[in-house]
Amino acid sequence: MTETLFLQFATAILFIPLISFLVLIFFGKKLSDKSAIVGSGLIGSTLLLSLIIFFSKINYFHNQTFEYTFTWVDFGYYDSKINLGIMIDNMTAIMLVVVTLVSFLVHLFSISYMKGDIRYSRYFAFLGIFSFSMLGIVLADNFFMIYVFWELVGLSSYLLIGHWYEKTSAANASKKAFIVNRVGDVGMFTGIMILWSTFGTLDFEKIFSLMSLGVIPFESTVWLTAAGLLIFCGAVGKSAQFPLHVWLPDAMEGPTPVSALIHAATMVAAGVYLIARVFPIFTADALIVIAYIGAITAFVSATIAIAQYDIKKVLAYSTVSQLGYMVMSLGVGGFTSGFFHLVTHAAFKAGLFLGSGSVIFAMHHVLHHHNDHHTDPQDIRNMGGLKNKMPITFWTFLIFTLAISGVPLTSGFLSKDDILAGTLAFSDLTGHTIIPIIAFTVAGMTAFYMFRVLILTFMGSHADSHRIDGIHESPWQMTTPLIIFAALSLFFFYSPNPTNASEGWFYSAVVRPETAVPENVSASSIESFEEAVHHNHGKAITLSLLIAGLGILISFATYYWKKISADKILNMFPKTFKFLNMKWYFDELYDKTVVWFTMTTAKVLAWFDFKIIDGLVNGTASVTKSTAFGSGKFDNVVVDGIVNLTAYTFGFFGLIIRTIQTGKVQTYLAFAIVGALMIFFFFN
Amino acid sequence: MTFTVSLNHFIFVSAILFSLGIYAVLTRRNAIMVLMGIELILNSANINFVAFSRYAGMDVNGHLAAIFVIFLAACEAAVALAIVLNIYKQFNTVNVDEVSTMKD
Repeated sequence: MTETLFLQFATAILFIPLISFLVLIFFGKKLSDKSAIVGSGLIGSTLLLSLIIFFSKINYFHNQTFEYTFTWVDFGYYDSKINLGIMIDNMTAIMLVVVTLVSFLVHLFSISYMKGDIRYSRYFAFLGIFSFSMLGIVLADNFFMIYVFWELVGLSSYLLIGHWYEKTSAANASKKAFIVNRVGDVGMFTGIMILWSTFGTLDFEKIFSLMSLGVIPFESTVWLTAAGLLIFCGAVGKSAQFPLHVWLPDAMEGPTPVSALIHAATMVAAGVYLIARVFPIFTADALIVIAYIGAITAFVSATIAIAQYDIKKVLAYSTVSQLGYMVMSLGVGGFTSGFFHLVTHAAFKAGLFLGSGSVIFAMHHVLHHHNDHHTDPQDIRNMGGLKNKMPITFWTFLIFTLAISGVPLTSGFLSKDDILAGTLAFSDLTGHTIIPIIAFTVAGMTAFYMFRVLILTFMGSHADSHRIDGIHESPWQMTTPLIIFAALSLFFFYSPNPTNASEGWFYSAVVRPETAVPENVSASSIESFEEAVHHNHGKAITLSLLIAGLGILISFATYYWKKISADKILNMFPKTFKFLNMKWYFDELYDKTVVWFTMTTAKVLAWFDFKIIDGLVNGTASVTKSTAFGSGKFDNVVVDGIVNLTAYTFGFFGLIIRTIQTGKVQTYLAFAIVGALMIFFFFN
Repeated sequence: MTFTVSLNHFIFVSAILFSLGIYAVLTRRNAIMVLMGIELILNSANINFVAFSRYAGMDVNGHLAAIFVIFLAACEAAVALAIVLNIYKQFNTVNVDEVSTMKD
């Protein structure tokens, strides 16, 4: 592998999904069922290329960064240029594999999951454009390109959430996702503008190096913090962080494989990737805000997840919660652990979604078979006892649940444990003790609600066993991705030591970059943070094991052994439950405030439009009309009168003169003779 | 008293003949009659030619002109009668008032 080959491969990886999109969107109708094979094949080829890049990058070009940049727009003054370019470092190489792998497996899963869908080929076309945009974010080496692809993933997410747009809820969810994302993106755009006006370039490397030399926006560290936080706004929108997390659970209206790909593994991780990518520009203050936003998100959505009954809603809130974890980890300075959690979470959460897809698929078919259209196939209260009917789905789901709960021997344990150690280190260094408290609480809640889903779905007995009689395991296209994801949720892919990830390849591949901000506003140094993490590692492992074990135990006690009655607790705190079940009333709050304000403004503007603007227009119209009437009259009477009079006059004379023209030669002759005689008479 | 025929007499006769010709041309409705009027006019001219030639002592210049006019009149009569004949075939009349396709 040479540098050129790396860049050529990366370019091919970027554009092959676009080709897939173009082929399927134009020839999808002709290809019909074959479109799935075309789409999966093309994505499969990008997966191969990504694996080649990944292995050779990690093994042979560990410390090198490959970059290809060309000038797209040259403004010609102050050396301001917008460049386009791709960059491959270790983080990119890892993300390439994550994105193409999840995308490929989701393609594979969708072949049978989406079978018979009316827009089968369109679905695969949209998966193609999503992969293209996501890979664009991953490969971008500047803010401009990342922003363009950022919007493109927003668009593809919109298209895929609204895949079944005949359903009002799906159409609304896609709009909601798009609009809420837009709120964050405005912030991100503003942040990029601040950087542009300061540095005259949007390339990451140039901005970082200029900033290390002491160039900061408007020569004020406040503006530097603001720029960082504004760019973080983009991540808040895309990664569904508090307070813009409301769109992600609604996005579950899309097909389940889409939820796995976009709303669990890749797109929502783009926000985390963005924070990691531009990590050097964040000041200590900005990082604290990021850490708190992440912690609040993790806590709020974990509490909501406990009180949900829809299997996809639980997974959605757990995704939001885990994303909060990642953001929090980056905020406290645990760069590698945050990014590591992104990767491990991508595998097990995509697996959880595909597993839930498998269950929903089976439930849907059996309910359809019984002509039962009232039972919700996604409600975990309607499931139970599926363990023996769907063994592959159950066992893989169990591994994913163990991974997300942070049980040893799984990848989730490695990453989560390190995040927790990072929060402890952060509280040691800065005194923000609330962050580790929230982090550990959330870890316990995660274990609890994930096992709640597992037990209610697969274990125990079904309330109506007759209903699930016909349930059987999903076809191989659906179980193969589950098995692969389950394998990737085990520790040995990431580290030889099941208790400590820092010995694995990941921690040597992804290293927290040196900060670029001035020393007086930078967060605690990498060395001191590493030392604090090391110091807290044992404590974190013990505590996290205890808490996760406690969560799992309570879950079993409540839902499996029925020692604790969930209903009794519900009856004790009906209001709390309602509050959590209604998702902290965020949607209602936004309806009452933001949406109400927007609608009222719109109504006022509409009134203004109807009354004032239309009034002005109508007034002008009536003035014009009466003027026109007047000038019409003038035209009809005066001008036409003159014209008609002229015509009449000439007509009158014509009438007189035409009597001379008798048409008789003899008359003319008589005139001629008379004329000749007169000439004779006068001139003689 | 001797009665000499002077130029004036010729001119007088010629004028009467001319007037009669004009009158015929202007008033007759029958195309043949109009043609006959034209003949009268031509012949009044002939009388003038000959008379002026005789009284102005111009040898036979006037006679030649008169003979030319007679010759011309013969041709004219032939052409005109042929036209009239065709008009009669076309319109079934030789009334010059009725033979009109330009008016109306």
